[in-house]
Amino acid sequence: MIEPLQLVWDSAPYLLRGAGYTVFLSLGGMFFGLVLGFVLALMRLSRFKSLAWISRIYVSFIRGTPLLVQLFMIYYGLPQLGLQLDPLPSALIGFSLNMAAYISEILRAAIASIDRGQWEAAASIGMTPAQTLRRAILPQAARTALPPLGNSFISLVKDTSLAATIQVPELFRQAQLITARTFEIFTMYLAAAVIYWVLATCLSSVQNRLEARVNRHSRDT
Amino acid sequence: MIEVRKLSKSFKGQPVLKGIDLEVAAGEVIAIIGPSGSGKTTLLRCLNLLEVPDSGSIRVGSIQIDATRPLHRQKELIRTLRQHVGFVFQSFNLFPHRTALENVMEGPLVVKKEPRGSVLERARHLLAKVGLAGKEDAYPRSLSGGQQQRVAIARALAMQPDVILFDEPTSALDPELVGEVLATIRDLAAEKRTMVIVTHEMNFARDVANRVIFIDQGVIVEQGEAKALFAHPQHARTRQFLHKFLGEPSH
Repeated sequence: MIEPLQLVWDSAPYLLRGAGYTVFLSLGGMFFGLVLGFVLALMRLSRFKSLAWISRIYVSFIRGTPLLVQLFMIYYGLPQLGLQLDPLPSALIGFSLNMAAYISEILRAAIASIDRGQWEAAASIGMTPAQTLRRAILPQAARTALPPLGNSFISLVKDTSLAATIQVPELFRQAQLITARTFEIFTMYLAAAVIYWVLATCLSSVQNRLEARVNRHSRDT
Repeated sequence: MIEVRKLSKSFKGQPVLKGIDLEVAAGEVIAIIGPSGSGKTTLLRCLNLLEVPDSGSIRVGSIQIDATRPLHRQKELIRTLRQHVGFVFQSFNLFPHRTALENVMEGPLVVKKEPRGSVLERARHLLAKVGLAGKEDAYPRSLSGGQQQRVAIARALAMQPDVILFDEPTSALDPELVGEVLATIRDLAAEKRTMVIVTHEMNFARDVANRVIFIDQGVIVEQGEAKALFAHPQHARTRQFLHKFLGEPSH
């Protein structure tokens, strides 16, 4: 029992470096996913039909194809088209594009759930559509969107393990490399699992705090 | 102050407004009455372009909107018009994530970009005026319907509009809360503010309005000095309507 623990202790630097990549890909994928997802959601809600359709088709394609296939297309496929990317940028782009599709659906639904009266109230005092979104709609939509966004984020944290397949030295890849050397398969994967679990738990607590923040106004004062 | 010419609007081929002409003078209080589905709310919503008219023109002060031209080319003009025309909704439509005070401050701060200090002062003053001093930091959720509607009136007033439109301001309220909102509107009338009020409160319309307009099936059937119209309606349809509402012979 002592020996495996010693092994985990010895490999901790590698695992933690891998976890660093995991956190980087998670935060990066979430950030760019939010930015692009917001644009896609606005396109989808736009009165210009062509924009709405582009957004629809994009979301349908990304959601209808495996993330693993998308990562392979970017890392192994794009070089054939003359675009060679390193593993880390490939993974970041893949996760961002993938998250954007899911996030745009969450944001679209959240924005659409806000009562039309809110748009009218903002319009009645002369607000522009952009002001209305920023000041009235998005703060309320955030409340609806946060729980599903948090779920997507936790899924992303775990899905970053797929980056191992395109040579990114993230947490799961590190565990794989160590098991190949030491044959302590169960221990190493358990150690990796525990780190994923800790990461996911920390991130959910951030989510809970954010939710409490945006829900301030619904508490009775 | 307001001049409406030949305003028409249909929903899905069903005409709702059939060439309405309307003038409102400064300082006038006008009540629009009529059966549900008569087009009175649509008319009011057309006045600040919350509803897009099919044709006709709307002038408020020096701002003229021509509904026969595409409205997205007149966006700036429409926003300017809305800054001069306050609107009070049947369902209040306060911003639920902002306190009463923030709701009132929103327009002057964000739209007119007025300095925060003077807006704050005015907003406090307006909340006090509608009887809500002490409720500045309350969120809409914790206010009664009557209080919410009075915040909404303060929000409209904060823009210092030339005219305020009320769309059935008491229809969503519990009966015991109607009085406080009507009292607030009465105070505004006493200040000679220009107001157009769509309402089912006939006694209120008779007491507060200078002029009453009866709309039915998308046309103005009859209009006149409030007390005269209620006492001696000229048209059969007006008589019928008032009879149903007041439950008494209409002359």
